[in-house]
Amino acid sequence: MEPIAVSYLRWIPLLPLLGAAVNGLAGAAIQRRFGERAISILACAPVLAAFALSVAAFVHLLGLAPESRFLLDRVAGWIDVGGLSADIAFWVDPLSCVMILVVTGIGGLIHVYSIGYMHGDAAYWRFFAYLNLFTFAMLTLVLGDNLLLMFVGWEGVGLCSFALIGFWWRDHKNTGAGNKAFIVNRVGDFGFLLGIFLLFWTLDAAGHGTVVFRDLEHHAASLEGAAIWGWPVVVVATLFLFVGATGKSAQIPLFVWLPDAMQGPTPVSALIHAATMVTAGVYMIARLHFLFAMAPETLAVVAGIGAATALFAATIGLVQNDIKRVLAYSTVSQLGYMFVAMGVGAWTAGVFHLVTHAFFKACLFLGSGSVIHGMSGEQDMRKMGGLRTRMPTTFWTFLIATLAIAGTPLTAGFFSKDEILWKAWSQGGPGLWLIGVAGAGLTAFYMFRQVFMTFFGECRADHEVQHHIHESPAVMTLPLVVLAAGSLLAGFLGVPEFLGGAGANRFDAWLAPVFAHGAHAAHHGAHDIAMEWTLMAISVAVAATGVLLAYLLYYRHAFSPARLAALGGGGPYRLLLNKYWVDELYDATIVRGTLLLARFWAWFDGTIIDGIVNGSAALTRAASALNGVFDNRIVDAIVNALANRTFALGTRLRHVQTGGINAYLYVIVGTVTIVLLARLL
Amino acid sequence: MSLSVVLFYAFAVFTVVSAAGVAFSPNVVYSAFSLMGTLLGVAALYVFLAADFVAAAQVLVYIGGILVLILFAVMLTHRIATIEVSNRSVGRLPALLAVGAVAAVMGRAITRTTWVVGGDLADTPATYAIGTGFLGTYVLPFELASFVLLAVLVGAVVVSRKELRDARG
Amino acid sequence: MEGVSLEHFLIVGLLVFALGLYTVLTRRNAIGILMGVELILNAANINYIAFARYGGHPTEGQIFAIFVIMLAAAEAAIGLAIVLGIYKNFDTIDVEATDLLRY
Repeated sequence: MEPIAVSYLRWIPLLPLLGAAVNGLAGAAIQRRFGERAISILACAPVLAAFALSVAAFVHLLGLAPESRFLLDRVAGWIDVGGLSADIAFWVDPLSCVMILVVTGIGGLIHVYSIGYMHGDAAYWRFFAYLNLFTFAMLTLVLGDNLLLMFVGWEGVGLCSFALIGFWWRDHKNTGAGNKAFIVNRVGDFGFLLGIFLLFWTLDAAGHGTVVFRDLEHHAASLEGAAIWGWPVVVVATLFLFVGATGKSAQIPLFVWLPDAMQGPTPVSALIHAATMVTAGVYMIARLHFLFAMAPETLAVVAGIGAATALFAATIGLVQNDIKRVLAYSTVSQLGYMFVAMGVGAWTAGVFHLVTHAFFKACLFLGSGSVIHGMSGEQDMRKMGGLRTRMPTTFWTFLIATLAIAGTPLTAGFFSKDEILWKAWSQGGPGLWLIGVAGAGLTAFYMFRQVFMTFFGECRADHEVQHHIHESPAVMTLPLVVLAAGSLLAGFLGVPEFLGGAGANRFDAWLAPVFAHGAHAAHHGAHDIAMEWTLMAISVAVAATGVLLAYLLYYRHAFSPARLAALGGGGPYRLLLNKYWVDELYDATIVRGTLLLARFWAWFDGTIIDGIVNGSAALTRAASALNGVFDNRIVDAIVNALANRTFALGTRLRHVQTGGINAYLYVIVGTVTIVLLARLL
Repeated sequence: MSLSVVLFYAFAVFTVVSAAGVAFSPNVVYSAFSLMGTLLGVAALYVFLAADFVAAAQVLVYIGGILVLILFAVMLTHRIATIEVSNRSVGRLPALLAVGAVAAVMGRAITRTTWVVGGDLADTPATYAIGTGFLGTYVLPFELASFVLLAVLVGAVVVSRKELRDARG
Repeated sequence: MEGVSLEHFLIVGLLVFALGLYTVLTRRNAIGILMGVELILNAANINYIAFARYGGHPTEGQIFAIFVIMLAAAEAAIGLAIVLGIYKNFDTIDVEATDLLRY
């Protein structure tokens, strides 16, 4: 299907880029001169304009027939070398349309929220410059029509994440967290690159070298049969690509950066580490679903890791006391669910959860930011409590979002999570489903634990802090309201058929043309309606149990959580509190190992290589000294000897000059005689 | 053996003996007088060769001029006290060898060569022929010779002028 | 004259020449050396006249001999002037004393 050429798509990423440029280059001066207000306008306007353009693209697509919903905006040629051809071109199909709406919409709301949250910060302009730059990078990632442009955006979001996590750079904890995020991401990006290379190389050998998505899909069949290192190329390449996804989307084993990333300002956590950047991995798999569909081994790995991560992160989140840490581990866990969906071939389910998660997770993060703001910077939940009455808007939006993440029926999270669980059962197997349900239960528990600890009961904060508790300004609460509304309503886009009848799942229908080609065979499995109801009921029950437990422990205080923690000798509790000591493990092995290697190479360079260089210098010096000796002793000796011999000869020869006439006469006579003799003979 | 041959041999011997006197005499005055004898002998030999003008010129110029000059020089340059041993010879042996070698070579040349003798052997006076020769065919060398003599004259005056000044001062 | 051939004259000339050469080589007195030179010149003159007579061109030979005599006189004059100069400077005419050009 040939895409339709348009020329307005480029402004969706370019407007935020312009905003970043203006804010970055002239922001300090503008802020000094015109105040924060000017920066706010300069920063939020481009993103909101990009949102408007995204809506326009959506409407444009709506007006087209479903099979032909492809828009292409080719801005310029970029690489055209040998068999490799990549343009700067932006491509909208139903999938990327969903992504740009999420990025610009939720991104716009977060920009507005940041006006209030970052108020008073001296580097206000720099924050918005980075935020705009991030929006540009994320949009490039989503809109790029080829793997290389996507990688540009991939790296760009990594860079902006680093910059924003370490935004308050004077504190070394923040910069350390930024470094960690960037470095861990880099490991993942390496895998991503290897995947791209392998794909292109194999396709090029088959004569169809390309990195453009639609061409990749077209020629995907030529990858069949190619093998490398004993495995099919598709499996190896997709595994590499998945490594990149684990890095960007914080799955096992590269998730360690996300909890530390909470050092950054809360809007950053909301935008980057909840709604957009971390979803890039999921998007990438969705975009390249046709490749993953050809590699069942990779899909098994994806699902396995997704499930493991979901459960693993949920267990850690049970015992965290920092309000943002809980949400961070929750994000890791929810991302695991998305990967489970991708792993079983339920592409639309995964993307649907991505969208709903963006709404309620952003709402949760912004709400926690509001709480932190109102508590004058306090982040420890043990020092909170009773904020329900003091910060009502924040409370109600937070509660709605929590209901959504817990999977309360009719909320957005309910529909999306349930679809994943159903697909896990029907296309994956009972094992995956079981892990998913367990995770859902744990999620419900720790989320409500958070709500009860923060908003209910007696306020445990200091007296000074209590005095200052206030609701956040409208500029912060308005986005909260919008997001909460989304958490409630977004679910109705994807009501499953067995609940709402045929055609009710509008989200599925919207994305169907994208995934039509790489359709998983099991997608057309038998729809066991009874099973669906049963599974849904079980998951609701499990979630309710979790909520009940949280209620009992943290509202009713029926029995002390401390006693629970002491169960099993306190060992399990400490294990969870210390995050399974994964960070320490990485530090002891990989970090130490790398540093050791670096020290070794430094020693090698300093001692051996420098030794060689110095040695050669010393050799040269010795050679030149030898040369000098040779020159001085031998050559000069020869020259001097020559001179001396000549002198000696002269000294002897001058005796000929007797000064006496007789001798001269003899010479004359002798010569004449000899001449005569010569003539005669 | 006719008289002329005997006379020839006599004069020849006289010449050679006088030359030997020049060569071997330790006294410079004796050498000078021996030189006079040699010159006379040579003049006589010229007569034998029908070179009358040359013989006369020889006597006049050589003996009358050069020899006198030599004697003057001897007088001016010697302390009378040591006149006896005033003309020593040194290095006799090497000189003998050199001279012997040369003489041997030349003698061999003279005796071995077959001389082409020809022409008129009449004894005619030569003065007329010489005179016309000097002003005829050989006028250029004749004139040039006068230049040479002029230069010699001036040179001798110049060279001895200094010593006159020295003598006076 | 019969009995006296060219060779006789040449032998005489040779002897005088040899003696004159000997004088030149051995004498330490400057005037002695000049006398030796006169002997050599005279020997050459004898040769000239002899060849002139026996060779058939008497005039040329004699003219040449006259030139030789003239030049001998000139040379003797200068030479003796130099000898007097040497005597004035060195107070002796021993040629071995005049070795200022010695190394």
